Amino acid sequence: MTVTASPSAPAAAKSKPLSTLLYRYRWVRLVGLLSLPLTWLIGLYIVSLALLLVTAFWFIDPFTSKVIPGFTLDNFVLVFSEPAYVTTALRTLGIALAVTLLSAAFAIPLGIFMAKLASPWLRAVLAVAITLPLWAGYLVKILAMRITFTEEGFFNWVMAPFGITGPGFSLFTVVLTLTYLWFPYMALPVYTAIRQIPVNLFDASADLGARGATTIRTVVLPLLWPALLAGSVFTFSLSLGDYIVARFVGGANAQMIGSIIASNINLNPPVAAAFSVIPIAFVVIYLVVTRRTGALERM
Amino acid sequence: MLRLTRGTTVAFGIVVGIVLLFMYAPLFLVIINSFNVAPIANWPISGFTFDWWVRAFQNEALWAAVQNSVIVATGAMIIALVLGTLAAFALQRFEFFGKHTVNLLIVLPIALPGVVTGVAFSNSFNNVLEPAGIQVGYFGMIIAHATFCIVMVFNNVFARLRRMNPSMQEASMDLGASLWQTFRLVTFPQFRTAFVAGGLLAFALSFDEIVVTIFTAPAGVDTLPLWMFNQMARPNEATQVNVIATVLILLSFIPVYISQRLTRAEEEER
Repeated sequence: MTVTASPSAPAAAKSKPLSTLLYRYRWVRLVGLLSLPLTWLIGLYIVSLALLLVTAFWFIDPFTSKVIPGFTLDNFVLVFSEPAYVTTALRTLGIALAVTLLSAAFAIPLGIFMAKLASPWLRAVLAVAITLPLWAGYLVKILAMRITFTEEGFFNWVMAPFGITGPGFSLFTVVLTLTYLWFPYMALPVYTAIRQIPVNLFDASADLGARGATTIRTVVLPLLWPALLAGSVFTFSLSLGDYIVARFVGGANAQMIGSIIASNINLNPPVAAAFSVIPIAFVVIYLVVTRRTGALERM
Repeated sequence: MLRLTRGTTVAFGIVVGIVLLFMYAPLFLVIINSFNVAPIANWPISGFTFDWWVRAFQNEALWAAVQNSVIVATGAMIIALVLGTLAAFALQRFEFFGKHTVNLLIVLPIALPGVVTGVAFSNSFNNVLEPAGIQVGYFGMIIAHATFCIVMVFNNVFARLRRMNPSMQEASMDLGASLWQTFRLVTFPQFRTAFVAGGLLAFALSFDEIVVTIFTAPAGVDTLPLWMFNQMARPNEATQVNVIATVLILLSFIPVYISQRLTRAEEEER
């Protein structure tokens, strides 16, 4: 064995020096793998973000309206003191929270129905049905909600016999449209989590005298927290940064943080930069907290 | 078994019905409105016409926008495939200091609002690179899109690598194959479906993106979402948008079909 193998081994090593080098030194392989992605992400993205955030400390020359490098905290003071800005920031947080709660309120019964009540055939159909609109396009869905809730639209037509006029383009429609956009991101992890609950937990709960509703409240819901947290990362962060929805279905009084960033970037870049700190802070905190709980890994 | 009272079961069924209605009714309204005689959306529609469909297909600006979208999405997908796969191998096969930070770095471009990413890139392109004499032009869009597409490829390939058996590669190298031969003949075939799925997701994400595009598209260049956005901003001219939206709704069946096929093929492989 050793006699036949030994002559070929050095020959192989000699003919493939790169393979040998890479095999021998792990760090060479690691550097080789990481250098390109890290150069891209840090060199292009993080540097761009840093340059934007630095602008938040600069100011505008009142006469030439040119951006002057320097150091001032005035932009942040303005963001947190100007009533219109504070209202917008709070409104945006409220919208993101409402979208998350509304998504969860629909996702839980949908998940229970799909995972535990529906027949296998119906379950398969519903699983496809809730993933299908995920792909239908962001602007397509906004357009769809616009057509549904417009003055002469479908919603008002359906509700007219009951004497109800729809919400039109308003804050309510913004919440509804954002829910429409991000609901599948909440529904899918919740459904997966409910499916994974072992059947014998329900049997045990029933044996101990709990009725269906009690079982849902005391057995199912506590097991859903990781999935709800994972879903909320999407529903909350994606709603927090959106401004296109507010623009198209929000009417006059639905400005969001994104609207202010977008409208100020040419007029007053330092204020836009200061404002973008709010969503960045929220999203990073949210990501770190959810990582701690391990919710994202279970998806 | 979860036993619920008849009332609760019915109530849950009603919630499911409402969810499905809420998800699909607006999409059907878009499709029907693309045949609406009236230029402004209404219900019931004023009359039936193919006029908007004919006009949309003859609209050269629209075709140019489609072409731009395909170019940008293809470019972003290729870059994301390379960078995402490299990063997935690094994070799956190695333990090193700062691993979680690298992971966060990959997720960040998709987690941060598009408006922040878009504004940051446009600031770099216009206020830093341009004064330095570097015109990114068309490539600015591709660079920005590729950045948030990396995570799509990364997630798919990473999840697959976790399930792969590393001793297969050791066996291949023991038998004298070079690193490249091992990758081409042993490793790659094992994560090919995840690679393709990640690439498709990256393409779809870029094709659909609007916010980052608003800030990074060079003047006078429209992608398909940008064209739609501009049309929707002028509600009286939004008629051809319904046609495009209908086509996009119908096209969205394709990725669902492919992903179903891929998962089925995967289950048969095992």
